[in-house]
Amino acid sequence: MILDGKCPSGPLAEKWTKHCRDMKLVNPSNKRKYKIIVVGTGLAGASAAATLGELGYNVESFCYQDSPRRAHSIAAQGGINAAKNYANDGDSIYRLFYDTIKGGDFRSREANVYRLAEISNNIIDQCVAQGVPFARDYAGYLDFRSFGGTQVSRTFYARGQTGQQLLLGAYSAFSRQVKLGTVKVHPRSEMLDLVVVDGEAKGITVRDMVTGEISCYAGDAVCLCTGGYVNVYYLSTNAQGCNVTANYRAYKKGAFFANPCYTQIHPTCIPVTGDHQSKLTLMSESLRNDGRVWVPLKKGDKRAPHEIPENERDYYLERKYPSFGNLAPRDISSRAAKEACDEGRGVGPSGLGVYLDFAEAIERLGENVIRARYGNLFEMYERITGEDAYKQPMRIYPALHYAMGGLWVDYNLQSNLPGLFVLGEANFSDHGANRLGASALMQGLGDGYFVIPYTIANYLAQTKPGKVSAEHPEFKKSISDVETMTKKLLSINGKKTVKEFHRELGRVMWENVGMARSEESLKNAIKRIPEIRAEFWENVKVTGSGNDLNQDLERAGRVADFLEFGELLARDALNRNESCGGHFRVEYQMPDGEAKRDDENYCYVAAWGFRGTDKEPELHKEPLEFESVNLGIRSYK
Amino acid sequence: MNLTLFVWRQKKPAEPGRLEQYTAKNVSRDMSFLEMLDEVNEGLVKEGREPIAFDHDCREGICGTCSQVINGIPHGGQERTTVCQLHMRKFKDGDTIYIEPWRAKAFPIIKDLIVDRSALDRIIQAGGYISNHTGGSADGNAILIPKPDADVAMDAAECIGCGACVAACPNGSAMLFTAAKVTQLAMLPQGRVEAAKRVCVMTEAMLKEGFGNCTNHYECQAACPKGIKVSFIAKLNREFIKAQVSQ
Repeated sequence: MILDGKCPSGPLAEKWTKHCRDMKLVNPSNKRKYKIIVVGTGLAGASAAATLGELGYNVESFCYQDSPRRAHSIAAQGGINAAKNYANDGDSIYRLFYDTIKGGDFRSREANVYRLAEISNNIIDQCVAQGVPFARDYAGYLDFRSFGGTQVSRTFYARGQTGQQLLLGAYSAFSRQVKLGTVKVHPRSEMLDLVVVDGEAKGITVRDMVTGEISCYAGDAVCLCTGGYVNVYYLSTNAQGCNVTANYRAYKKGAFFANPCYTQIHPTCIPVTGDHQSKLTLMSESLRNDGRVWVPLKKGDKRAPHEIPENERDYYLERKYPSFGNLAPRDISSRAAKEACDEGRGVGPSGLGVYLDFAEAIERLGENVIRARYGNLFEMYERITGEDAYKQPMRIYPALHYAMGGLWVDYNLQSNLPGLFVLGEANFSDHGANRLGASALMQGLGDGYFVIPYTIANYLAQTKPGKVSAEHPEFKKSISDVETMTKKLLSINGKKTVKEFHRELGRVMWENVGMARSEESLKNAIKRIPEIRAEFWENVKVTGSGNDLNQDLERAGRVADFLEFGELLARDALNRNESCGGHFRVEYQMPDGEAKRDDENYCYVAAWGFRGTDKEPELHKEPLEFESVNLGIRSYK
Repeated sequence: MNLTLFVWRQKKPAEPGRLEQYTAKNVSRDMSFLEMLDEVNEGLVKEGREPIAFDHDCREGICGTCSQVINGIPHGGQERTTVCQLHMRKFKDGDTIYIEPWRAKAFPIIKDLIVDRSALDRIIQAGGYISNHTGGSADGNAILIPKPDADVAMDAAECIGCGACVAACPNGSAMLFTAAKVTQLAMLPQGRVEAAKRVCVMTEAMLKEGFGNCTNHYECQAACPKGIKVSFIAKLNREFIKAQVSQ
C-alpha cells in the first residue's frame, strides 16, 4: 500500500496555518462529552494531557511509573532548540527546519519538520510562563548555547537538567488539571493492549501493577506517548522500564510501525564493566571539545595508560579524520571506536572501551579551566567508575540512546488506525534517520502542547462521543487475551530468567543490528531471534503470581515483545539497502566511510504491517517528496 | 566480595513484614548497589523464590524512583548520591547491610521496599504550579529575571521528588520537598502572582497527607541526593507568614 502522509498543499511556510484554518473544531460545551486516553506522561504525554484537559476534554492518563513526574524525558541533559534568533546570528524558522531535515539525512517529512521549527518558539514562551528556570544571563535575558550539527546558537537550557525542568513544567500543568478534575491519573498502570472496534482505536487494556487487576478503558481517541524502544538492545541509556510494549501491541492490532531500523548511538557513554551491567550512562558530548580519543597501537596492550608512550598510542580519530579530529560526527566516531575494539585494541577490563584523555588539555589550559568546564561530568564519572579523570584518561564507549523510528503517523499525528494518535519519541515523524541534539525535547512538547489539540479536534468533530463502551465484545476479548498471556508466562516455569533472555537478545542485536550492519549480520539476526523467542516460550521462569505487584512478570511481558520487535527492526534494516543517518550498512559507504544514501530507491518511509508473529510483515511505503529542499550530501566537513 | 544482607520483606500493605537474611556472593566492586540486588534477585528467581521488589527506573540519579534506606540512611549515605548511583566499591568484603523501605506515615508500604509516594503528587496538585494556559504566552524575554534569582530558583528546582527528606526526618516531614517547589516559583516574577495562595494550599495539603512538621533536625538536607538546602524551609516559613499576615 502507498501511504499518504496527508500533508496540506500550498507553500511550505503556510501549510500549518492553512491546515489550522481548515480543520474542524469541537464546540466548548461538547468537549467534555469526549474522553481521550493518554498513555505515558513524559514530555509528550504530560503536555498533551494537560492541554487537552484544559480545553475541556475528559482525559484519562496512564503511566507505568509511580508518579507521572518520573517519565524518562527527565533524563535529557543538553537543551531544547528554538528558532528565536536571540543571538542575532542568522537563525530563522527556515534554518532550524533545514538543519533538522539535513541532520535527519533527508529521511523525514518536510511539512512535519517545518511545523516543528515553526512552533519551537512558542514552546520556550510556554515553558518560561510555567516557571521553568532556564539559564539567564547577567541582564536577566534567556541564555543559549550552540549544539552539534548547527552553526547558530539556539539551544536553551537549565543547567545539565533541561529535560528534568521541562518535564516538571509539563507535570505541573498536568497536576493543575488533575486538581481541576479534567485529568484522571492512573500511575503504576501498564497498557497491555489497544482495543480496536470497527477499524478505529477506541480504548486500551491495562494492568494495575499493584493489584494485578486487568481492566479496560474506553475512549473516543487514544494518544500513545510511550517513548522509544532502544532497550531492545538490553543495554542503553534508557530507563529500565522503557519498553516497546504499548507500541508493539498497537502494531499487532493493525497500526503500522515505521522505520524501526533508525536508531541513534551516542559515542560518549561510560563503558560496560561486566555481565551485571544494567544500564549505560551518557556523558555529555561536549567532552570531546577538549578530550583526545585514543587506543594503544598494539593489540592486547594491558599496560596502564600512563605507561604507554606517546609513539605507541593511536589517536585514531585525529589520524583518520584530520579535519574534524575528535569532533567527528556521532555515528562516525561511534563506529571508529567499535572498529578499534574489534581489532583487539580496546581498553579497560572488558576490552570494550577507548580512552578520552584530558592530559594535554589540562597541561595547556590548567586543571581549573577543565574543572570549570566539565566538573560535574568528571564527578559523575568518578561516582560510577571510581576513577579520577583529572589523573587518568576516561574510558568511553558508544551506547544506544534514541529511537527515531516509531509508529507511523500522518501530518495530524494520527496512525493508519483512525482514533490512534502517536506523539513524541513513540512516533517516527520528525527526525528522519538521525536526530540532532536538543531536538527531542522540542518535538515532545511541540506535539503535546501545540499540535495534538488542533488535530485531535478535527478527528473528534467527525465522530460521535461515547460511540463505543467498554461493554463491547472487543474489550472483553482484549481482557481475555491479556489474561491468557499473563497465565502463560507464569505457567512455563522453565530454567532461564527473563533477564537472561533479554541479555541474549541484546547481544544478538548489538552484534548484528548495531552500529555497522550487513546483509549477512542482519540475516543472522533474523535467524537467531526467533530461536531465542521460541526458547523463551518454552523455558522462561517467571516467579510469583499475577494478582499482586510482580516486577518479574512485568519484565517478562516486555521482553516477550522485544523478542518479536527485534526481528522487525532487523527486517527493516535488511530491506533498506542504503546507509543513512543512524542506519549504517557496511555495503553502502563512501570511500571515506560516510553513509551512502540511495535516493533513487529508498527515499521512502518503510511502514510495516503485522501479519502474524512468525510471518514476514507487510511493507507499505510512503514516498518522501521534497518540495523545498534539495537532497544534498550530509557532510559536515 | 561476599556480603550479608538483611532485607525488609513484606508481601502486602496490611501484612506484617520482617527482615530476611540473604547472601550476596562474588559481588564486583564495579557494580552499582541496585545491580548487586539484581544479582541477588536472579539467584532467588532461579531457586523459584520471589525476588525482592524495589523501585528503580532511570538508574542515573534523576528520576527519583529509587528509594531504599541502607544501614539506616536513606540512599545509603554517600553525599549527594541516589541509591542507583551508589557503587559497591563503597563496601568491603564481609560487610552486613540492612536494607529497608522509606518509613513514614504518609508513605504506606506496598510491597517489600516499595512505598506509595502519591502524597507528594497531591501536594503539587494542591497548587505547586503557575496557573497559566497553554498558548498565549508572552515572549520568553518579556520577563527579565535577575541571574541570581534564576540560579536560586534552579537550585530549588533540582529536587527529584524521591522522598528521602521525608524518610530521614524524625517527624516524617515533607517540608524540604514542599519548600523546594514553593521557593522555585516564589523566586520568579511569573510565580509571585499566586505565591501567597500557593504556600497556604501546599502547606495545608502537606499536613492533610499526614506528614509531620519541621523541628530543625536538618536530617533532610543531609539525606537529599540533590543538595537541596534547609534555607528553603526558612523561605517557605517566611512566605507562609507573609501570606498569613496579608490575608
